[in-house]
Amino acid sequence: MNSPHLKMPSFSHSVRDEAAGSKVFPTKPASLITSGSGNSMDQLFRGALLLSAVSVLAIVVLIVSQLYLQSRLSIHQFGWSFFKGQNWDPVAGDFGALPFIFGTLVSSMLALAIAVPLGVGVAIFMNEMCPRPLRNVFSYLVELLAAIPSVIYGLWGIFVLVPLMRQFIEPFLAKHFGWTGLFTGPMYGIGMLPASVILAIMIVPFISSITREVMLAVPSPQREAALALGATRWEMLRIGVLRNARVGIMGGIVLALGRALGETMAVTMLIGNRAEIAKSLFAPGYTMASVIANEFSEATENLYLSALVEIGLALFLVTVIVNIFAQGLIWSITRGNTARSH
Amino acid sequence: MAVGIKVQNLKAWFGKTQALHGITMDVAPGKATAIIGPSGCGKSTFVRCLNRMHETIPDARAEGNVKIGDTDIYGSGSSAVQVRRRVGMVFQKPNPFPTMTIYDNVAAGLRLNGVSRGRELDAVVERCLTSAALWDEVKDDLKKKSGASLSGGQQQRLCIARALAVEPEVLLMDEPASALDPISTSKIEELIFSLKQNYTVVIVTHNMQQAARVADFTAFFLMGELIEMDKTEKIFTTPSNKKTEDYITGRFG
Amino acid sequence: MNASYIGIRRYLVNHLATALSWLAAALVLVPLLAIFGYLVYRGFGSLDWAFFTQIPKPVGESGGGMANAIVGSAFILLIASCIGVPLGVGSGIYLAEYGRGRFGHLVRFTADVLNGIPSIVMGIAIYALVVIRQKHFSAFAGGLALGIMMVPTIARATEGMLLMVPQALREAALGLGIPKWRTTISIALRTASAGIITGIMLAFARVAGETAPLLFTAFGNSFWNMDPTQPTAALPLQIFVFAISPYEEWHRKAWAGALVLVVLIVAAVTSVRIVASRGVLKGSH
Ligand SMILES: Nc1ncnc2c1ncn2[C@@H]1O[C@H](COP(=O)(O)OP(=O)(O)O)[C@@H](O)[C@H]1O
Ligand SMILES: [Mg+2]
Repeated sequence: MNSPHLKMPSFSHSVRDEAAGSKVFPTKPASLITSGSGNSMDQLFRGALLLSAVSVLAIVVLIVSQLYLQSRLSIHQFGWSFFKGQNWDPVAGDFGALPFIFGTLVSSMLALAIAVPLGVGVAIFMNEMCPRPLRNVFSYLVELLAAIPSVIYGLWGIFVLVPLMRQFIEPFLAKHFGWTGLFTGPMYGIGMLPASVILAIMIVPFISSITREVMLAVPSPQREAALALGATRWEMLRIGVLRNARVGIMGGIVLALGRALGETMAVTMLIGNRAEIAKSLFAPGYTMASVIANEFSEATENLYLSALVEIGLALFLVTVIVNIFAQGLIWSITRGNTARSH
Repeated sequence: MAVGIKVQNLKAWFGKTQALHGITMDVAPGKATAIIGPSGCGKSTFVRCLNRMHETIPDARAEGNVKIGDTDIYGSGSSAVQVRRRVGMVFQKPNPFPTMTIYDNVAAGLRLNGVSRGRELDAVVERCLTSAALWDEVKDDLKKKSGASLSGGQQQRLCIARALAVEPEVLLMDEPASALDPISTSKIEELIFSLKQNYTVVIVTHNMQQAARVADFTAFFLMGELIEMDKTEKIFTTPSNKKTEDYITGRFG
Repeated sequence: MNASYIGIRRYLVNHLATALSWLAAALVLVPLLAIFGYLVYRGFGSLDWAFFTQIPKPVGESGGGMANAIVGSAFILLIASCIGVPLGVGSGIYLAEYGRGRFGHLVRFTADVLNGIPSIVMGIAIYALVVIRQKHFSAFAGGLALGIMMVPTIARATEGMLLMVPQALREAALGLGIPKWRTTISIALRTASAGIITGIMLAFARVAGETAPLLFTAFGNSFWNMDPTQPTAALPLQIFVFAISPYEEWHRKAWAGALVLVVLIVAAVTSVRIVASRGVLKGSH
């Protein structure tokens, strides 16, 4: 576009002075114009905020470096065989972490197997089936389930779940499913099974809240399209919602896995704490988190301490990877507009 | 003390897209100048460059020469914060601070700038609310009601009072009445009429009648350029530029 | 919908799915009610005045309480808040106001990592960082562990709430010549304060019941302690110790402690919910 033809209005200084003379505000606070620009305060403010943001990075770096430094002894001594060794003998100075890895994986997987159908079912119930007035109450109750501290799950597990297991559930399982080999041996009540059940109860809220969020993120035209084809409510959910949401639901499940892997107190109180790899779910086991909880303060030998810290480092790395993976899955559905739960 | 504004070759960008392509324009002191033009032509961007609000948008930048009175506001020695104290702004949508009472809204500019003068503040609040033609309607609820509890038109006048309290020399108004009903609009227009005796007023409007009613001068913008500026009467009766004529006769826009 | 019209199989599947979702809901409610019911039943029976006023008695003697653990928990949580709240709110403001670039994303990502660190791992990291250096367990070490765990939740809440504050309000303030720092504190932060406090309370409720990070940091103590450099009792730790003990008297104490802890946490969660349902931005109704 060419430069426009301008006709500048002309104005004289006398007009300006007149205007100034008729001013209704006789006093002007001198301080207002001369007071500091605030620029240096802005810099200071930003600097302080930056400092706290940087400290988040620094904390994680410190944690990782401390875990590495403290586990160096064990890492050098055992190398990769640390994760393959089945023997955990502090007296002999022989440390293999396989039983704990096994216990962690089995208890977490079993917990997921129980919690996933429950969590997804509850999410569907709350989003789609629950009578509206009940919805708030129900989501509040599930929120409470997530808020109960781990140690209280453990307490309840010891005094309620374990006797139940010993007297009813384990005999029942042994009788009907003993042939699988998973439910044999002495019925202590404590062991892999109750630990997994408690873990399952603890992670249901995670799965259900992420699943709900992801389901709500599915655009409603998808539902309407399904309904318009004459789908029943379930078919609408399956085709219009769950199919679109499944990646995000996977994310919720993986996130719950991350929680289960690192869960400590309730598991420690129920799993029996024996470093063995057993096929039967009745048998006591041990997890990475609970061996640290139990033995850390007795570990006076440097190598013993170092081996425990190395387990912690491994647990840290695994949960970080699992969490990143989960966040990625969830993000791919909700595109970041999520009111991140917990 | 009304001051003039001298704008020379002002360019503004949002990221990579250029919204203003070198505007040169003089705003007369103690007068009301209207900026008109079709939506998206850069009116808001232009006025926001006059008090350095443009640069608060991420990735946005401006270039050129803008003088408020004798101060080059983009000059190296000047600070955005000081410029904004001299150049008040009223936005399209009324935006009173919802956490503050009516009184605190008006006093906010002084208090948060660190100028709280106790008893004197009462006088300033009364004077500004009176200037904004709101005093009589709110004087009983000053410290009881929140700014957000007022009606839309009242909220906009509250925002004008709030801007007046820091005693600016220039008042920028970006479509101040477009979100309001006709009665509130006419109140705001009356207000602009009285304000221009003491302030240099720049008002953006997409309503040509409004420009004709309140402004002494009118500038027509199109696609980030200033097409024509003149006495309001002249623009609306015998514009020099064909594009201006097309616009005011409603042939496009 | 009518069975003969849509086909008997689809009809049945639809109803089966509905029934299963109700069943899932019921199965989740059962442990919840069982836990709360049993907690109230055992806890109330074991609560008495001494519980709140006395320290634990040695094994075999009846009576005594958990007063030192309650106060110890409050003390550790106070230390945790002094560390976690400023860091969390500070980095949340940074993310909301300046966190658009690469560095902002890095901080967000790191906060997510921090959020996912198992609490027991946090415990041994602080042990290595603080306890080894100081050569003994301390309330400070426990508070530091919990404080760090509060940071990601608070930062996320602060960022989210600040982003909900309309840009128009910031512009109004900036347009008055109010500097950016002042605008952020007096306008944005103030408008978002209800939501941010909600986030802080959630973070608080989350760490209040944490046991694992305290095992090798605060460590526990059978007596009173208000010295931040000394081992200190905490309610969840004490519950753990009592729960795995073989003494009936201590079991009763564990239940009483659990009831107190849960009541506190439920109160926090409930008030957060009430505040949140009223709207988390001030003056926006
Ligand atoms: N925040 C923004 N980010 C990117 N582009 C913008 C933004 N605001 C305005 N623009 C662009 O700048 C141009 C001028 O906009 P604006 O000044 O708001 O026009 P007007 O106020 O005249 O309607 C338009 O093309 C618009 O799309
Ligand atoms: Mg505009």
